[in-house]
Amino acid sequence: MATATPSELHPVGAFVPLPFRVAERRQDTGDTWTLTLEPEESGFAVEPGQFAMVHVFGVGEVPISVSGPPERPGDPIVLTVRAVGAVSGAICASELGALLGLRGPCGNSWPIAEATAGDVVVVAGGIGLAPLRPVVLHTLAQRDSYGAVSVLYGARTPADLLYTDQLEEWRSTIAVDVTVDAAEPPWKGKVGVVPKLVATAEFRPEAVTAFVCGPEVMMHFTVQALRERGVPDERIMLSLERDMRCGIGLCGHCQLGPTLVCRDGPVYSQADVGALLGVREL
Amino acid sequence: MPQQLDEVLAQIPFFDGMAEDEIALIAGCGRNVHFDEGATIFRQGDAADDFYVIRHGTVAVGNFVPPRGELVIETLEAGDLLGWSWLFPPYRTHFDARALSPVRATQFDGKCLRDKCAADPALGFDLMSRFAQVLIERLQWTRLRLFDLYGNGHSV
Amino acid sequence: MESERSVVIAPEALDDLIGALRRRGFRVLGPTVRDGAIVYDELDSASELPIGVTDRQEPGSYRLEERDDEARFGYAVGPHSWKRFLFPPRITLWRAKAENGGRKIEEEPPNETQLAFIGVRSCELSAIAIQDRVFIGGKFVDRDYAARRDGAFLLAVNCGEPGANCFCASMDAGPRVRDPYDLALTEMLDGEHRFLVEVGSERGADVLAELPSVPASQSDVASALAVTNDAAARMTKAMPQVDLHALLAGSLEHPRWDDVASRCLSCTNCTLVCPTCFCSSVEDTSDLAGVETARERVWDSCFSLDYSYIHGGSIRASSRSRYRQWLTHKLGTWVDQFGTAGCVGCGRCITWCPVGIDITEEVAALSKQEEKSHAATA
Repeated sequence: MATATPSELHPVGAFVPLPFRVAERRQDTGDTWTLTLEPEESGFAVEPGQFAMVHVFGVGEVPISVSGPPERPGDPIVLTVRAVGAVSGAICASELGALLGLRGPCGNSWPIAEATAGDVVVVAGGIGLAPLRPVVLHTLAQRDSYGAVSVLYGARTPADLLYTDQLEEWRSTIAVDVTVDAAEPPWKGKVGVVPKLVATAEFRPEAVTAFVCGPEVMMHFTVQALRERGVPDERIMLSLERDMRCGIGLCGHCQLGPTLVCRDGPVYSQADVGALLGVREL
Repeated sequence: MPQQLDEVLAQIPFFDGMAEDEIALIAGCGRNVHFDEGATIFRQGDAADDFYVIRHGTVAVGNFVPPRGELVIETLEAGDLLGWSWLFPPYRTHFDARALSPVRATQFDGKCLRDKCAADPALGFDLMSRFAQVLIERLQWTRLRLFDLYGNGHSV
Repeated sequence: MESERSVVIAPEALDDLIGALRRRGFRVLGPTVRDGAIVYDELDSASELPIGVTDRQEPGSYRLEERDDEARFGYAVGPHSWKRFLFPPRITLWRAKAENGGRKIEEEPPNETQLAFIGVRSCELSAIAIQDRVFIGGKFVDRDYAARRDGAFLLAVNCGEPGANCFCASMDAGPRVRDPYDLALTEMLDGEHRFLVEVGSERGADVLAELPSVPASQSDVASALAVTNDAAARMTKAMPQVDLHALLAGSLEHPRWDDVASRCLSCTNCTLVCPTCFCSSVEDTSDLAGVETARERVWDSCFSLDYSYIHGGSIRASSRSRYRQWLTHKLGTWVDQFGTAGCVGCGRCITWCPVGIDITEEVAALSKQEEKSHAATA
């Protein structure tokens, strides 16, 4: 029984939001915005793949993946948010200078250090590119530490593509292959599903780590395509989405069988969760 | 010519594991072709006498849909197979195929192949199995898109 | 049993006990009759205990009856558990007030009132130990729970009256108390009405010293032991003695889920009365001007549709999947998450289920029937 609650067990930012101010705001697509938030007093450092609980005062709170992680607690945090509900809509509608409350960092991170010296393939579907952007930025910053690096990215239409300017920049250093589900002129790029890009992506199956995020069905087909290339389940990493209310493993909402996605995830290997994802309504 | 056609075919995944004599037989119905960027490879309603194995470049399969213009259903890349209306009557294409970049491909005479398959059921079964695999995969990818995975769904 | 430290007190001494605790600043909570049930509430005196009242429980049924004695703890368990005081149904987590263009966010100070629980059953001590693991045993400590739990005085009462839905013995959670307590009573109704008191802590001994008591005789100790031994022997229900974790993990597509789903109303009663269920949600309140906002934590249930909602819909849309989630979590995946199972055999979920779904029966069905895939049974 606890006789005291040391601060490391009840850290600042875990239970009570810290105020952040909207410093930059950019509309990426029809329903998605990227916000740069600066901590009012203290913020928190974030590892690639971790997320934050973002609170709009008087409206509510949702988990949001961090697309630009602060390395130090005082650094600004970059969030890419799709306006799909009341809270995410209110976050996206936040004006410059508006105040939001952030809790975090929540969850585990992508095992990018373990992927060092090998190849990296990033497979993203839709808003799934947001939590993977830190992986891409990391490989760009540490380009010499990795072998072949490719980004395979699928979206609904060309207008739904995130970070289009950055995709072009990335192309000068790493392979970037983009496809859309449907297109009209003047799109000259690929039309088709993103798992299809896996077959021709440049990587050594025995030396690659795959980082995958997108709708669960998209991830399922991506896993199949990666397996066909001979990538072992242990090196196929997935980031999952579940309902989350507390973000720190206390509220129960994010359960996926034996695991709590906010506490043990959101990043898992296919070896860890493949069987669980195969169970309907688990 | 730097390489014989049957040597080229042996390197294409579609023909993986096919017996050398069968490849030689099929190569007898094929020839290498080139399309400039923007060139039409075939148009909806054309006689479907051929199919292609793309070796380089990107091909858009689609239709002109007024008033939206030219809609692309799918793009095909190196290693992909283009065209299957030659398999069954009435041997007419259903979509347009256009080169989005300079395209190099091997074009096969479908009529010639149909005759060879009719005469040699073992070859016919092998080839049809390979086509069926491509068709199923193409159908699966298309079905996946029917889910509209990135769509807005229902939101509160 | 530490017979050398055991004493015997009379029923009248319970009033002194409550007084001693109140004098020490404790908010004394214990069983009392209200609205046709034995519930836990604040006690001013021992006269508020459910004297001469028992509960008759069946699946989906709970009735109070008069006893033919003056027993103070002559019942099994009611709809309440101590979780409502350690993990209240609604608390404020923090408040935020707009001022000077910013917002002042303040965590709600934890409740510092010292709690004393009178009449904690063995199953309930086990349940508290389980919630301890969830709320204060992990990486993050729930400060509100910790504050309420820290220093809570536990007056345990060995169970002599198992209900028809009780199965604590088969869950290794009773009827005799084992987990840490301050004082443990055994109510003896053979011969003179009296209580054997065992001391579990120094402060327990300190409180006991204020009560009129006599040293326990060997026969007192033997009678007390007989109370729980009899209770165990009279317990008719049992959880099947199988590897529950393995059974549940291997039963995800069992046809029994469809069967139970056809009966389950998804009413959430089982999760509300369960002494270990810990799921919560959060709600935001705001004044009309949006100047002051507050965040509240409220009990939630895995039986609600909203519980698993993500953009686009709920993960567990069917009641089949929601019942499976509850049972599989309770008896199986709870172990993976917190190193202990989540069931103590108190039987509340059976009693308070409007359609009388019996957790032990469901487990028996899962363990008996050979697993068949849905494809095979379709």
